[in-house]
Amino acid sequence: MLVGLARSLTIALGAFGLGLVIGVAGALGKLSGGAVMRQALDLYTTIVRSVPELVLILIVYFAGADLINGILTALGQAKIDFNGAIAGIVVLGVVQGAYSTEVIRGAILSVPRGQIEAAQAYGMSSWLTLRRITLPAMLPFALPGLSNLWLIAMKDTALLAVLGFGELTQATRQAAGTTKAYFTFFFAAGCMYLLATMISNLLSRRLEARASRGMAHV
Amino acid sequence: MEMLHADGIRKTFGNLEVLRGVSLTANKGDVISLIGGSGSGKSTFLRCLNCLEHPTGGEIRVQGEAIAFKPDGHGNREPASKAQMRRIRARLAMVFQSFNLWSHMTLLENVIEAPVHVLGVDRKQAIDEGLRLLERVGLYDKRDVYPAFLSGGQQQRGAIARALAVQPLAMLFDEPTSALDPELVGEVLKVIRALAEEGRTMILVTHEMSFARDVSNQVLFLHGGLVEETGAPAEVFGNPKSERLARFLGSFH
Repeated sequence: MLVGLARSLTIALGAFGLGLVIGVAGALGKLSGGAVMRQALDLYTTIVRSVPELVLILIVYFAGADLINGILTALGQAKIDFNGAIAGIVVLGVVQGAYSTEVIRGAILSVPRGQIEAAQAYGMSSWLTLRRITLPAMLPFALPGLSNLWLIAMKDTALLAVLGFGELTQATRQAAGTTKAYFTFFFAAGCMYLLATMISNLLSRRLEARASRGMAHV
Repeated sequence: MEMLHADGIRKTFGNLEVLRGVSLTANKGDVISLIGGSGSGKSTFLRCLNCLEHPTGGEIRVQGEAIAFKPDGHGNREPASKAQMRRIRARLAMVFQSFNLWSHMTLLENVIEAPVHVLGVDRKQAIDEGLRLLERVGLYDKRDVYPAFLSGGQQQRGAIARALAVQPLAMLFDEPTSALDPELVGEVLKVIRALAEEGRTMILVTHEMSFARDVSNQVLFLHGGLVEETGAPAEVFGNPKSERLARFLGSFH
């Protein structure tokens, strides 16, 4: 079960990270991309946010594997067997990315326009403005939403049990099935999720306090 | 020596013609005030000088170097070279009406940001210089405070220190005291006056008429996107030729 917990945390962390990267890129695309880019991103966030995650996971996993292996076969390459952790990270990351996009887009819009204008007026390039001004300035607005997303990522790893990954829920089900001590094992698993959440909350509160140190009212 | 020259600047937003050909030459040490009613185009003109607004027509030269423009595909123009525009912007320091200090940085971090990350000044050297500038605007003891915890007057003095830190060729002030409570206006004007007296080149959009009269050596009165009247402050304020200017000045008494 501890191995399962470790796998769950790895997948959640990877998916959350991937989601953040997609989120920043998606938010920037939505805010300053062209019309085609904006519509494509709208389609992505709308679909991903309206279809149940379990269905999405099945679609992305099986359809995605088929697609990639189909391409590989067409290219005359050997099929690859998808490593459970990587596949889980990609599948959940795509889901997380859609939510991150919206959280980060909202946060960027909360940064006073004048601060970005000041960066331009002092000769910063768009990339420097993003790195030095926009991203750190939007952080206090994004963190509450992002810490929420992290908790969801943690719990969504349980859905990967349907794919037979050896993450926490799957490992618990196996252990409970073998020993017939269902209550004990699932109670223990519940406690592990709770503990992970509580530690996360502690960390995110610290992060929030640090990111919003320049805000007058916290 | 000519620092900043703008020739026939025009700017349209859609069908709205905000600037219809405004020119100005600032030589070293000039303090030029732009006055006029709201909608006269004075702030837009100032923002065209560092290309925060891209002028639809006209030419801008900074220390003799003309900013190159190209069509932007939407009927307007944009700077042809982003690198050139950034290099020029970095030396035309702007002070905004609403301060626009970066909220996630302390005052000192705000002051050293552009020198370190845009001009490539050594960090330690930038800090020494930054502290000296903060001392000069009377904010040395506030150096590690975030902008949200400062009064408007303190924020604006901090923004002036940020502007000085890039060793600007010319400083652009966009209504620097308009967002301040009346009792805080004086402390900011005092700092700007000291800069004028040490021979800095400054272009100032302002509603503070007596201040403009005191510190400037040239005043431009804008109306409807054109320079309606210009001259030495004693002339413009003491003996306005246009009826509009006389009426405008009268509204301040």
